[in-house]
Amino acid sequence: MTITGIAAIGAGLAAIGAGMGIGRIGGSAMEAMARQPEMHGKIQSSALILAAFVEAVALFGVVVAFLQG
Amino acid sequence: MFVNSYNVRTFAANLKQGIFNPVRMRINTFKSITLFAIFFAVFNVSFASEIKEAGDDEKFDPKEMILHHVKDAYGMHLFDFNSHPVSIPLPVITYTDKGLTMFSSSEFHHDYNGKVIVEKNGQRFVNVHEKVYVLEEGATSVKYDAEHHPTNAHRPKLDISITRNVFMMWVSIAVLFLIFLTAARRYKKSDDNVPSGIASFVEPLVVFVRDEIARPMIGEHKYKRYMPYLLTIFFFIWINNIFGLIPILNGANLSGNIAFTFTLAAITFIITTFSGNKNYWKHIFWMPGVPVPMKIFLMPIEIIGMFVKPISLMIRLFANITAGHVIILALMSLIFVFKTVAIAPVSVAFSLFITVIEVIVTAIQAYIFTILSALYFGMATEEAHH
Repeated sequence: MTITGIAAIGAGLAAIGAGMGIGRIGGSAMEAMARQPEMHGKIQSSALILAAFVEAVALFGVVVAFLQG
Repeated sequence: MFVNSYNVRTFAANLKQGIFNPVRMRINTFKSITLFAIFFAVFNVSFASEIKEAGDDEKFDPKEMILHHVKDAYGMHLFDFNSHPVSIPLPVITYTDKGLTMFSSSEFHHDYNGKVIVEKNGQRFVNVHEKVYVLEEGATSVKYDAEHHPTNAHRPKLDISITRNVFMMWVSIAVLFLIFLTAARRYKKSDDNVPSGIASFVEPLVVFVRDEIARPMIGEHKYKRYMPYLLTIFFFIWINNIFGLIPILNGANLSGNIAFTFTLAAITFIITTFSGNKNYWKHIFWMPGVPVPMKIFLMPIEIIGMFVKPISLMIRLFANITAGHVIILALMSLIFVFKTVAIAPVSVAFSLFITVIEVIVTAIQAYIFTILSALYFGMATEEAHH
């Protein structure tokens, strides 16, 4: 397997990790919003920020894979 | 919901309320969707025409075309007319041993494979993959090594060309000045500070940055000092993200340029570092409330964290915007990879869908960058509370 192939697998793994992370954030945010609709705005903005944090780690992985591939 | 929020004013108003109100969104829905679809279908066709030009030489290489689009360039290629490229020439300014040299990028005649040689000031310049090289004495053509790096040419000492990214940055600065000076004049004219005209578009956004970003993140007492910076980065990133999505300006991948995001992140880092109070530095070097071995263990982690925060800001914006461009272009290249028109409807539909998402992403990324900067400022200025 070439280094490009391994880099592509790495990018895929990063995407899986980010998907799980953001999925959990989104799911929990939805549950919280359903439970307390009046907190909708606050929950949405903090969910976005948390998703950005999770995404950043995944993007590190993708950028490293991109540089290698 | 996605489709409609290109209506920026509605979007801002909704962001401000923190909700997407379906009733408000239904205003002019049909008209909006139709117009939007037509606009972007046309735009995507213009992306396709760009690909066509790149694909003329026998084998079409999507990777090269996409990288060429995403990277900076010396001229601003607009579109092809009768298979002749139309572009805005921009000045190439280099500083070498023989001093400053300036010439128009149109002298390269749209060549970026190092074939056209421009003689200026006793030196010969070539454009190899949108990087200007100076040919060495006696060389008449560029020779490459195995990795396609020129062997008989070198980069000028300083390359301060007005590239298309720099040009688009100036355009966005001009547009922002126009919008905000007009808005300010509206306020000066009105007696009761009621916004009218463009000011009624700007005011909700400014209030949004103040009430949803600065106040909760930095705190009631100190947020005012940081408002000018937060507003500047919010609007600057947003407008550059939007310009990046306009395919006729297809070089404007400014916020997908790592140097651009690096500069913004560096400014955030500098402001955070200089506004850090005693409490902030104490949390970095000698974490209060934990045992001494833990304090020593946490110190290097906190110091690394200090630098990782701006680096993640930099990479997040860069990677998000670049990824958006790459996905749209990759979908459009499918047509040329499969060499059939039959795939065109699918690929246009998908890239339309991605473009709509990217419109949302433009605002979200500007918001994220601003709110995280505000969060870091808030962490730096927080008072001890234990």
